[in-house]
Amino acid sequence: MAHVFTPGLQVIAETIIEKDRSLPIPGKVFVKSGDRVKAEDVIAEAEIPNDIQSMNVVNLLSVMPKEIHQFMLKKEGDPVEEHEPIAQNKPFLGIKLFQSIVRSPFKGTIERISDVTGQVLIRKPPRRITLLAYIDGVVKNVAENLGAEIETACAFIQGIFGIGGEAFGELTMVSPEPSHALDEADITESHAGKILVGGSHISHRAFKKAMEMGVKGIIVGGFHAKDLKNILGYELGVAITGDEDVKTTLIVTEGFGKMAMADRTFDLLRKNQGRRVSISGRTQIRAGVMRPEIIVTFSDKEAQSVKAHVPKAETGIQIGDEVRIIREPFFGRLGNIMELPPELTKIETEAKVRVMKVKLASTGEVVTIPRANVELIEV
Amino acid sequence: MENKELNIIIATDCGSTTTKAILIEKNEKGEYRQTFRGEAPTTVEEPYNDVTRGVLNAMQEVEELSGRKILDGEKIIYPARGNTGVDIYISTSSAGGGLQMLVAGAVKAMTAESAQRAALGAGAIVMDVLASNDGRLAHQKIARIRSLRPDMILLSGGTDGGTVSHVVEIAEFISAANPKPRLGHSYSLPVIYAGNVNARNEIKDVLEKKSTLYITDNIRPTLEKENLFPARQEIQNLFMEHVMAQAPGYGKLKQWVEVPIMPTPAAVGYLIQTVAEEEGVNAMGVDIGGATTDVFSDFESNSERVFNRTVSANLGMSYSVSNVLAEAGLDNVLRWVPFEINEEDLGNRIKNKMIRPTTIPHTKNELIIEQALAREALRLAFDQHKLLAVGLKGVQRIRSVSDTFDQTASGATLVDMMKLDLFIGSGGVLSHAPKRRQSMLMMIDSFQPMGFTRLAVDSIFMMPHLGVLASVNKAAAKEVFEKDCLIPLGMCIAPAGNAKIGAKCLSVSIRITTPQGEKPLIQEDIPVGEVRLYPMGIEDTAEVEAHPARRFDVGEGHGKSAHKKFKGGKVGLVIDTRGRPFVLPEDKKVRRELIARWYKDFGMYED
Repeated sequence: MAHVFTPGLQVIAETIIEKDRSLPIPGKVFVKSGDRVKAEDVIAEAEIPNDIQSMNVVNLLSVMPKEIHQFMLKKEGDPVEEHEPIAQNKPFLGIKLFQSIVRSPFKGTIERISDVTGQVLIRKPPRRITLLAYIDGVVKNVAENLGAEIETACAFIQGIFGIGGEAFGELTMVSPEPSHALDEADITESHAGKILVGGSHISHRAFKKAMEMGVKGIIVGGFHAKDLKNILGYELGVAITGDEDVKTTLIVTEGFGKMAMADRTFDLLRKNQGRRVSISGRTQIRAGVMRPEIIVTFSDKEAQSVKAHVPKAETGIQIGDEVRIIREPFFGRLGNIMELPPELTKIETEAKVRVMKVKLASTGEVVTIPRANVELIEV
Repeated sequence: MENKELNIIIATDCGSTTTKAILIEKNEKGEYRQTFRGEAPTTVEEPYNDVTRGVLNAMQEVEELSGRKILDGEKIIYPARGNTGVDIYISTSSAGGGLQMLVAGAVKAMTAESAQRAALGAGAIVMDVLASNDGRLAHQKIARIRSLRPDMILLSGGTDGGTVSHVVEIAEFISAANPKPRLGHSYSLPVIYAGNVNARNEIKDVLEKKSTLYITDNIRPTLEKENLFPARQEIQNLFMEHVMAQAPGYGKLKQWVEVPIMPTPAAVGYLIQTVAEEEGVNAMGVDIGGATTDVFSDFESNSERVFNRTVSANLGMSYSVSNVLAEAGLDNVLRWVPFEINEEDLGNRIKNKMIRPTTIPHTKNELIIEQALAREALRLAFDQHKLLAVGLKGVQRIRSVSDTFDQTASGATLVDMMKLDLFIGSGGVLSHAPKRRQSMLMMIDSFQPMGFTRLAVDSIFMMPHLGVLASVNKAAAKEVFEKDCLIPLGMCIAPAGNAKIGAKCLSVSIRITTPQGEKPLIQEDIPVGEVRLYPMGIEDTAEVEAHPARRFDVGEGHGKSAHKKFKGGKVGLVIDTRGRPFVLPEDKKVRRELIARWYKDFGMYED
């Protein structure tokens, strides 16, 4: 069971990352390999098939489905304008007043005429969607008609949970220390368009004010579950996020509740204060785990000396490793592994589980923790 | 395959979080026994993107524990010789979200419901049920189909010779939406048509160019008959051929196994069905996982066995734990907690479990909260099961004079807790509860069995493995199921009916016989509002005479006595006089005291 432990979140001061940027369906790509792009640049676009509406033409004309083609004025594939007649029956006694005419409810294309059901399906013109670069960097590869891979030298930090989509702006420290909680008074007009860093928590009122002020993103240690419900308007059931209708992206680095941001994360963010940063709150804790991310892109000059971070080889956990406890009663505490007893150990719940002994960094106390309740801190 | 000599079997279940491997060996007495077990995180995600990594890790753990060499590098060694190799490797899978389907039918309560039962029985998660009369407008249906990315679609509609236009209309919506499969961009979405035979040509005309169309027998050939087997069979074939083939590493895994990989719930369902049929009992099973909860039932109805499975896609103990809170509500969760807790703190704890789903309770209070959430997840999943495990709707019943006062409508639930003989629990929170009695009380509180019901748990979550083994060697699967998998917890006697706490409910005389001899006769009057445990061992037997009060029923009718003899279990005999349906007091303080007393009497969390 050496494999069973939670990998830690990445907090990397310098690395090179590649971001795969893809359209949901094939379209046009505007960049080529080697191009330099800014986060806000449109690198590709596609036309998404739009909504479709069905009209039961045979009912409207009082005819049989098999007869539909006799009454259609358009055929499959024909474009139609809003209110344009698409089918009509013969005028009763030749009087046009008694003639039924079916008109298209909107501009579009006739997609299908069914002589089984008598339905006509009309599709609206396609919608155009654009794909932004999301990070400053260089186009490394282009996937024909689909998108591109963008490479950048950066500082890279993963959060544990987030809401809201991609955003970019200037990284601005608001909290002076990791244990500081952001309140309404901390958010000012000057923060519009910026990505703010708080410490242990942001209150519901402060977050609302940030949205009103046009703050692009908030990075903070903890957030209350009840505030999340208030912001979203519903109880979040599963941690699949990123498409919420919030004006400010939120990234939580530690968890729910009031929790001081880990020193390492806070210090790295402070070090990069004032730089351009790209963030995404998209989280998926299910198949295909996805964590929110903070990418601080470097200038060309700084990038020259940066090498890709090589993750620690998969050796499992070892004595001396630094870990963070991720469940009560020591939630959030850091420490070092002192012992890894191989046998199953009875804990307070009376369950027999694999445990480790951890020396807490704050007090020096040695505590026994189930192995499942720690995450490894990547060095 | 049945004829192949199988002495050493390795089986895996690739779950959404963990891959579990078990070793089954035929011993010198000729018995099949499960001997070793290993587990490792499932590896369908980054950075591995290959399910076989987790399989190999789990097998390596079995190798380390058993001393048997199973792998030569990344190859399984065949056949077994001495302490090397295995004779067969089999697997189930629910990794990567399992099998996700969209089902459609002409009429919501008839063909669409039958299609839903067919998909669920095949082990699928049903993402949505479309029907001509589901209350949505055409463009809403099309938008919905397009927004979902199912693994496949099951389309039914019309009895043979019945409506053509309604089912073609649904096919036209599917065609217009042109849905894309969830995994892989390169293949076209499989659509199974199992509706009116007279509409097949029109369906081909509409769907053949937009999907990979498969046609199978109508699941509702007449209103009175449901024929789910051919569609279920086709779903499982396509699961392997199309869906799993797209998942990371499954191409390789497919080559390793000797029989097709089964969806995990299909394997569990197959096993429960086999047990119910072979023992001739009404059986239910529940499998509560991290993301989903499956409920299975096999009841006799009108001299036929009817099997049903439902999956509650967002009721689970880790990934979906916050959804349990959202659906059940805080008050319903807290009613099982015997101490005061700050509600804000509880909300944060539950959300923290959601974002770090592999953590386990460390303190006693955390365990009590987790088991409170489990009760609510189980209760909600059971409510959903009762709604779908129903008789066919829209059937005209021929009534005789004797039926005049029988008001059972078509579509009534088939789940009759008074007739339930055997109830099996599975999944982490039940299989791995620190004490078996905790599993037993969780199952009783959430499902509220009535009369006499045997309860058991899956010892180490091996029902999926045995389900797929049953498709290869039924006898071996049955032997391991009885000897190693199923842990009998004991019998629950729960009189149906209600009265005030303290009122007269049940008089019992209990004679327990152990292998060492007979214990003194127990004679007790048990008032309303008690849950009493009479410890028994697996080898013990009990003979019980139960005399319910006038307003209570233990299976023979109100106020009528019952006399039964049965075997014991790891926990024993439970007599539950809390009433059915069982209602907890509204007053928080009174309720907490009552819950604390029950837990104490039951020895749930004592030191």
